[in-house]
Amino acid sequence: MNNLERMKKFHQAKWNEPIIYELSTPGERAVLVPGPCCDCVSTDEALGTLPAGMVRKERANLPEIAQLQLVRHYNHLSQENIGVDGNIDIGQGTCTMKYNPKINDRLAGQPKVADMHPLQPDETAQGILEVFYKTGELFKEISGLDVFSMQPGGGSHGVLALASIVRAYWRDKGEEDKRDEIITTLFSHPADCAVPIVKGYKVTIIPPDEEGYPDIEAFKAALSDRTAAIFFTNPEDTGIFNVRIKEFTRLAHEKGALCCYDQANANGLLGITRTAEANFDMSFFNLHKTFGAPHGCGGPATGMVAARKELRPYLPVPLVEYSPEKGYYLDFDLPKSCGKIKSFWGVAPVVVKAYSWIMALGADGLREVSRVAILNNNYCMKKILAIRGASISFPNHPSRIEQARYSWQQLKEETGFGTADVQRCCADFGTHYWSSHEPFVIPEPFTIEPSESYSKQDIDDYTAVLAEISRMCYEEPEAVKHAPVNSTVHHIDHDYFDDPAKYAITWRAYNKKYTGYFEPKKG
Amino acid sequence: MKAGFIVNPVAGMGGSVALKGTDGEETLRRAIELGAQPRASERAETALREFADAARGTLFLTPSGAMGAGLLTKYGIEHETLFETEARTTAEETRRAARMMLEEGAELIIFAGGDGTARDVCAAVGDKIPVVGIPAGVKIHSAVYAKRPIDAGRLIKNFLEGRVKRFTEAEVMDIDEDAFREGRVSARLYGYMRVPDDAEYMQERKSGGGAGSSEESANLAAFLAGSMKPGTLYLIGSGSTTMRLKERLGINGTLLGVDAVKDGAQLGKDLTAEQIKNLLAQEKPEDRSLIITVIGGQGHIFGRGNQQLSPDVIKMIPHENITVAATPGKMAGLFGKSLIADTGDAALDEELKGYVPVVTGHSRRMMVKIE
Repeated sequence: MNNLERMKKFHQAKWNEPIIYELSTPGERAVLVPGPCCDCVSTDEALGTLPAGMVRKERANLPEIAQLQLVRHYNHLSQENIGVDGNIDIGQGTCTMKYNPKINDRLAGQPKVADMHPLQPDETAQGILEVFYKTGELFKEISGLDVFSMQPGGGSHGVLALASIVRAYWRDKGEEDKRDEIITTLFSHPADCAVPIVKGYKVTIIPPDEEGYPDIEAFKAALSDRTAAIFFTNPEDTGIFNVRIKEFTRLAHEKGALCCYDQANANGLLGITRTAEANFDMSFFNLHKTFGAPHGCGGPATGMVAARKELRPYLPVPLVEYSPEKGYYLDFDLPKSCGKIKSFWGVAPVVVKAYSWIMALGADGLREVSRVAILNNNYCMKKILAIRGASISFPNHPSRIEQARYSWQQLKEETGFGTADVQRCCADFGTHYWSSHEPFVIPEPFTIEPSESYSKQDIDDYTAVLAEISRMCYEEPEAVKHAPVNSTVHHIDHDYFDDPAKYAITWRAYNKKYTGYFEPKKG
Repeated sequence: MKAGFIVNPVAGMGGSVALKGTDGEETLRRAIELGAQPRASERAETALREFADAARGTLFLTPSGAMGAGLLTKYGIEHETLFETEARTTAEETRRAARMMLEEGAELIIFAGGDGTARDVCAAVGDKIPVVGIPAGVKIHSAVYAKRPIDAGRLIKNFLEGRVKRFTEAEVMDIDEDAFREGRVSARLYGYMRVPDDAEYMQERKSGGGAGSSEESANLAAFLAGSMKPGTLYLIGSGSTTMRLKERLGINGTLLGVDAVKDGAQLGKDLTAEQIKNLLAQEKPEDRSLIITVIGGQGHIFGRGNQQLSPDVIKMIPHENITVAATPGKMAGLFGKSLIADTGDAALDEELKGYVPVVTGHSRRMMVKIE
């Protein structure tokens, strides 16, 4: 049986699993939380030290469930899922799904890491502080920059850290009010636009030119002495690497602006090109994407900030430092700091995994990662472009780095089926596929990123699935209309994702909105 | 539920014989002489096939014969004939049918035709009830049409099954056919109609995802309103995007007109070029501002639907005080295209060329070229 035939026989588990609150039985417990130890204060005494307004009057509404039932619940949910350990997960372009060696989970799960408390005195935390410090030392080579903070808990959080540093910098220079604009590009990650707005900046977006590069004339028109900074992703979400990037940073520097590099996805750059050589002043790297820690789908993760030493005073506090006298220590003495981006100093397990991954690979290994990621992507691109109905964005620009944004426009025109239909079909093969985030300018988009983890066979199998779905769209339209038939969930009503009055991301909101939408209003 | 169904049987006939349109008796006569075949009915049928099963339980209101009843009978769809049509149908019959549908309480009007047909339906019902256009004409500049007949059919099916819950205004555009036959494109904005807010099936937007245009325009209007400076005279141009701003400001603004506001007070409504000049003359140049939007599809900022903003008017306002605002959805529809300033004054058009930051949302702008 060939792999495509095998994948066609896939069937996902479907448990019709309730929300955990619906499984709650009063009095049941999965874990008994230890009380205060004998020589400590009692619970009541401890509560007595809190301000009266902060003490709950009612018990928190938490689900109550025994351990076996809890384990069963989460196992069911995990079986209704797809992910990098279960399928060929190259269809989450821009998110860098790669294999994360299990040994690194073991290292991060050791009591020496897992049982640490972020408020322990530095002298009792020398090991983990050393891991943080040495990870920074490794990034001196990887980025060419000088100082580091591992405080941000994710990629967009990394953008927030950069925007905060930009603000602290201009406040210190006395130009905070004047420098109120930030420039980004249309195919940079959408967070590079959205997050500086949250930080109070006006953001100007540069569209691409015909070749897919940011339009340099538009950039010149947008730059002024109001520009506080530029926030660029490179390569952009199209997979196109801006070869004129030094021209952009030069023009920005001439106006006095800071240059910030979104390197959330550095999977095609390691050992090949560096932040410093493109003349950026600071950057952030997602340790959870490029550097071998799992993508946490919203955290816990690390958007590590890297900056030139001149910007050290503005970084979030505390910084992890070393001196022969003090050993490894936390430096809070940064009076011009942008403050805190997150409590404490970072998500230690992610940093441990990244450190371990980099140390295991070494400099040659890192370069090999990027070379294989680029090779895989360009091989995958050849296979996809041979599929009927598929095309690539900016076709005049043939080469791509580590990912590419494609289009099913022709498929849509010829069959009426577009990217959302292909996405539904993918679930029937036990794999998954992602269309695109903002900007929605490539018609019927899909974005594929086969990182270095995947074998040639994996890419052959995945593209064979896409080719089979294309064939179905042309030849078996009825089957496509009903897909997915082998998955946990079939068609989804998108209304409640789009309407704030209807979506519920917490149990409390669900209860409030449930009656009247998911079922008819009662009496 | 009641729904209206109108087919303009002669729509599109001019196209196949290179007449660029079919508006007017004389053109239609020439088209027939040249051997043009009616094709609107066929395109309407393509859409109808998609929604026929979902039509049960809905009473369709329609003119007789080729204007609708014929197709509905063929598919066994329950309907009521509004009036008998002649062999040669007219634009007036489209307007009459749409008016009657409005009076009889139809919740949706489906029409097959081109820009001329859209104008006729718009003249009768405006934005009072939702419409879906099945594209069957030579010229489809209006955003009230689905991308293809099959998309119209699927969208109507969704509507009839109660799955369309959001609506937005879309432009009714038409070009001057006489000018077009002579090789000049001169489009006009005739009004707005209410259409399903559906990225997948409707003309304007190229791809799916993201917030609907109604949220986008609300966001944009809130930001523009919050950015207005005291002591400045604001002229606010025509269009559904700027209409959201007028609503936000609580003024009695016009959808197709230019209105004036200063310090929250309305100084003028549906102004002519002369009236605008008089208002501007009372202010120092730095206190004169203009907020305009982009016409979807072609990207005009001047010269389409806002001819009141004459070259004289534009020259009185400092360029940096002209704000162009458009939703991300509209800009996505124009991706890769430049904006067009067609003021009627070639020297001024030349002067306006270059990059302009188009405001697309809260604190968010995109650099776009004016050509």
